[in-house]
Amino acid sequence: MPKEKAALKSKKTNLLAIAKSPTGISGLDEITLGGFPKGRPTLICGGAGCGKTLFSLEFIVRGAEEFNEPGVFIAFEEKAEELAANVASLGFDLIQLQKDKKLRIDYIHVDKSEIEETGEYDLEGLFIRLGHAIDSIGAKRVVLDTIENLFSGLTNEGIIRAELRRLFQFLKDKGVTAIITGERGEKTLTRQGLEEYVSDCVILLDHRVNNQISTRRLRIVKYRGSLHGTNEYPFLIDDEGISVLPVTSLNLDKPVSREIISSGIPALDKLFPKRGFYKGSSILVSGTAGTGKTSIAASFADATCKRKEKCLFFAFEESPQQIMRNMESIGMDLQQHVDKGLLKFYASRPTLYGLEMHLVAIHKAIQKFKPDVVVLDPITNLITVGSFSEVKSMLVRLIDYLQQEQITVMFTALTLNNIVSEQTDDGVSSLVDSWLFIKDIEINGERNRGLYIMKARGMHHSNQVREFVITSKGLDLEDVYLGPEGILTGSAREAQILLEQTGEVLHLNALNRKDRELLRKRKVLESKIESLRSEFESMEEELNKIYDDENIKREVMSNTRQTITDKRGGQAKEDKQQKTNPKLKK
Amino acid sequence: MSKKYELRLYVAGKTQKSITAVQNLKQYCEEHLKGEYVIEVIDLLEQPQLAEGDQILAIPTLVKKVPEPVRKIIGDLSNKEKVLVGLDIRPKL
Repeated sequence: MPKEKAALKSKKTNLLAIAKSPTGISGLDEITLGGFPKGRPTLICGGAGCGKTLFSLEFIVRGAEEFNEPGVFIAFEEKAEELAANVASLGFDLIQLQKDKKLRIDYIHVDKSEIEETGEYDLEGLFIRLGHAIDSIGAKRVVLDTIENLFSGLTNEGIIRAELRRLFQFLKDKGVTAIITGERGEKTLTRQGLEEYVSDCVILLDHRVNNQISTRRLRIVKYRGSLHGTNEYPFLIDDEGISVLPVTSLNLDKPVSREIISSGIPALDKLFPKRGFYKGSSILVSGTAGTGKTSIAASFADATCKRKEKCLFFAFEESPQQIMRNMESIGMDLQQHVDKGLLKFYASRPTLYGLEMHLVAIHKAIQKFKPDVVVLDPITNLITVGSFSEVKSMLVRLIDYLQQEQITVMFTALTLNNIVSEQTDDGVSSLVDSWLFIKDIEINGERNRGLYIMKARGMHHSNQVREFVITSKGLDLEDVYLGPEGILTGSAREAQILLEQTGEVLHLNALNRKDRELLRKRKVLESKIESLRSEFESMEEELNKIYDDENIKREVMSNTRQTITDKRGGQAKEDKQQKTNPKLKK
Repeated sequence: MSKKYELRLYVAGKTQKSITAVQNLKQYCEEHLKGEYVIEVIDLLEQPQLAEGDQILAIPTLVKKVPEPVRKIIGDLSNKEKVLVGLDIRPKL
């Protein structure tokens, strides 16, 4: 019983999960969550020149080269040689693949002028050819490009419609993952309005020109039995084939880092108690024209390269040479990093192609270079090719991707001195983790730069405006002087500092004078004490002298009296002895 | 072997349409091209690789190899007029 249950359970999970066949087209597998439905037909439809054939061909080639799934390409429009020549520029070697029996291209020619129809028929011939082609190389993937050519060559639509249904069933029975391409119809996705119903997955390609800039887009219209991204995704055809941009990841579960990286400006790092930005965060540097945004960005790039990490610098305004020359003037040598391969510039004019294409190109460049830090300078230039909301959605997607990859990104944005563009900042600001704002402070006929931190998610930060100074030695931040007259910057600040220094000297001077005064007073006092003491001594001496004199006088007088008494009589002698005796006793 | 008409009829198995086509073709040829034709019936179920050479899609298909130009007639050949026009036996009206 439990075994059965387990079997049932596993069967259930098998039922839930649809097997998918990876396309190998960069980005498409993310959108389709794994690829096209395995063993089922997929329809790719779209107007002329939107890349249907290339899409299907890349599916076949990638299958043969990367997934070891041989493929059959049934071409109704182009001959095998033409196809081979068309995609040779993408590095697809169809001829070699055919030699290796990994690919088979069958050209089916339908020419109305050669064909006469009489009575009943079916397309068994096509089925047999297809079956033979599949069996001859053990194909797992099949492309029919473009099936509608059958309708132009044959007149009996009823038969063809019935046969198309049978064809889809036939492909399913064969167990091949098939792509059928179809021209876009007026009201339906395809001209016949049939293929989209019998296909298990329908992908619509679109080629739109907006403001003279063309963008190719892709949308999954339906995907039976699978989740898929439903948005329009831009895609790019370049020298490596197709890249589709997974616009936004379907969920918000990005990894976060606690690691801190330096901004390259020590004084700026000090504004954060953690001494820098979080790794993998996004930093916006905005300010008016000429406030040194590029310099901050370059200094960030410089610091990254000095840590031996890789930095990719997207320049939408200046050429790499220009940036390097300009940064030399503030003592930054970016050339050495370029030589070491740590720093790479990617410069393109915003108007080169549409916003979406930029995003795809940025994506590709990042995937190739695998940088630790990405700098975009400036993002506001992109508004020239798209509306504000488009730019915002592009940035959301870019930030999303970068955070997924744990790449730190610094944007610079130009703000103008009006309220409208401050809103532009607001729009972007909700996306970024840290926002440095540089503004002009214009006082006393001077223009100086004030820098402050608008926000820093998950970090304490200083709330003070600092003066941002660009010197030939690099970038620095100075404390702005907050005096009684308000904020002082530039020369006013320096003047204030000088003033303070002068005051200090004066103050010191005053202190010295007081010290000397004290010294003098002490001296005076001491001399006074001295004179008093000598006075006292002389007085004492005087007193002593009087006292002595008195003694001497008394003695002399007593002596004299004695002598006189002695001279009067004999008794006088005894008295004299008696008198002298006590004296001896004493 | 050098006959005026070289005809190839592609079929797939013994289906009703194939049998009808073969019967019709033989009948028309006997009527209009007696002694001047050769018919080769190819069963694609047995020789699928041959389908590519003559660009066969539909079954049955009659291919007129000789005389030039090469023409293809698809279907069970039930419309006699169309077949004869297709084989350049009768000019198109």
